[in-house]
Amino acid sequence: MPTSVDSAAPRTQPFDVAAVRAQFPTLQGTVHGDQPLVYLDNAATSQKPDMVIDRIRAYYAEENSNVHRGVHRLSQVATDAYEGAREKIARFIHAAHTHEVIFTRGTTEGINLVAYSLGASLLSAGDEIIVSEMEHHSNIVPWQMLCERVGATLRVIPVSDAGALDYTAYTDMLGEQTGLVAIGHISNALGTINPVQQMIADAHAVGALALIDGAQSTQHTRVDVQALDCDFFCFSGHKMFGPTGIGVLYGKEALLNAMPPFQGGGDMIDRVSFEGTTYDALPHKFEAGTPHIEGAIGLGAAVDFLEGLDMDAVQAHETDLLTYATEQLQTIDGLRIIGTAQEKASVISFLMGDAHPYDVGTLLDQMGIAVRTGHHCTEPLMDRYGIPGTVRASFALYNTRDDVDRLVQALQRIQPLLS
Amino acid sequence: METTSIPEREEAIINEFMLFDDWMGKYEYLIELGKDLPLIEDAYKTDDFRIRGCQSQVWLRPDRANSHVVYRADSDAMITKGLIALLIRVLSDQPPAAVAEADVQFLEEIGLKEHLSSTRKNGLQSMVQQMKAYARALAQDEQTA
Repeated sequence: MPTSVDSAAPRTQPFDVAAVRAQFPTLQGTVHGDQPLVYLDNAATSQKPDMVIDRIRAYYAEENSNVHRGVHRLSQVATDAYEGAREKIARFIHAAHTHEVIFTRGTTEGINLVAYSLGASLLSAGDEIIVSEMEHHSNIVPWQMLCERVGATLRVIPVSDAGALDYTAYTDMLGEQTGLVAIGHISNALGTINPVQQMIADAHAVGALALIDGAQSTQHTRVDVQALDCDFFCFSGHKMFGPTGIGVLYGKEALLNAMPPFQGGGDMIDRVSFEGTTYDALPHKFEAGTPHIEGAIGLGAAVDFLEGLDMDAVQAHETDLLTYATEQLQTIDGLRIIGTAQEKASVISFLMGDAHPYDVGTLLDQMGIAVRTGHHCTEPLMDRYGIPGTVRASFALYNTRDDVDRLVQALQRIQPLLS
Repeated sequence: METTSIPEREEAIINEFMLFDDWMGKYEYLIELGKDLPLIEDAYKTDDFRIRGCQSQVWLRPDRANSHVVYRADSDAMITKGLIALLIRVLSDQPPAAVAEADVQFLEEIGLKEHLSSTRKNGLQSMVQQMKAYARALAQDEQTA
């Protein structure tokens, strides 16, 4: 603990949400004519700050060129920017080496890369992969496909009524037959924060590898891949204020070195001949073809944006939003929150009486409120709760208590229509 | 008995919806209309009669009454029910050939065109197409009969 001069002094600076909001052009807009936008669909994608938008524009206006191998000036500038983004991201997630950061199209591609490249050498018939009932389809389907390929079995950790993992069931499943544990850090549908650090340690104790789907975590919390000791960590740029089409697969150096390439092509080779081709070193081995250059650079700018904020203050603000929204939503007659785990991020899935989520979402949209409705790509989880889907309000650091009030007032207004 | 034509029925709906100057009244009315939807029998709520591509579940079944095509439907979402009720009001109990050739435009004119957009994935477009496909099949049956 640092020496405290005044124990009553706040640990963090108050979070200036108005100043942060002002950096997001879309949040200044209106929809359906004159309705100010209340954007509560952040678990699907986040809005982008000026820093990211301006950086992408600057890249195209001043630096556009293909990266690597170019002898000319612009190519060097673009390469420096692209590789500089990789360094920023490595620092952001505290990777031991910059080359452990592989650029992908997003979380889904990162998971598929591991399933495809590592899969066959890691698993054989009779082995098991463990996922949970609350996983996003993209952390289920690639493993199902791998299981089919190698004859392995997919095991599923059940979820409690509140939306927490059944930890005993998990430890009971672990054994020497376990090849890999693939788990979401934060549930996109419920908001549950899973105890990934302990889960990773328990997986390692039986000799299994651990992959973390971090699609919902890098925007809410500091991620330290070395402290987590995860073998792989995947996330998407667009959910953390960066561009779409870019994401990251972090993997431990030794594992990535041992894995065969995912795709072949330019930029990933050492030497090509018809007698045989040798591959480039990390990270390029996994980045075939011209990469998503402005995406990577834009994601670097998103990291700059996040690092410019006090993440403790951000988390305190989001916790306040979650608590306030949970309280306020519960004042609505017949409203039921799906996902009430102890450890939660600022995601609230709910149902209002018997109203269909689609009806609720459609009417909220008329009042300028953007939520997501449906199964949130977690059909097994919806089956678990016996519901077709939910209405999901997911909050980001730029949301306010005022947004919560607008949501609650809107729900109160439409409730008579839908009952 | 004389059947009002598809354009006449569309016109009537457009006039009704002109009475509402805000979205709230419009949706309230739409939901009310959904409550009068000629419901499909539960026995037909099967995959065969399900319309794909909707966020809510939708079932639609055609039938023949005299020389006309009639539809029954249901959905688990109220707004969707209202939208189908409007479609049925326009296209049900019409000569199959007229339905097959119909160019359904009224949804845009009553300010519900967002339900037709591709981002919705609610399949209103596929509902219209399915209704027309059924009608086309019936019209062909008649020709060959």
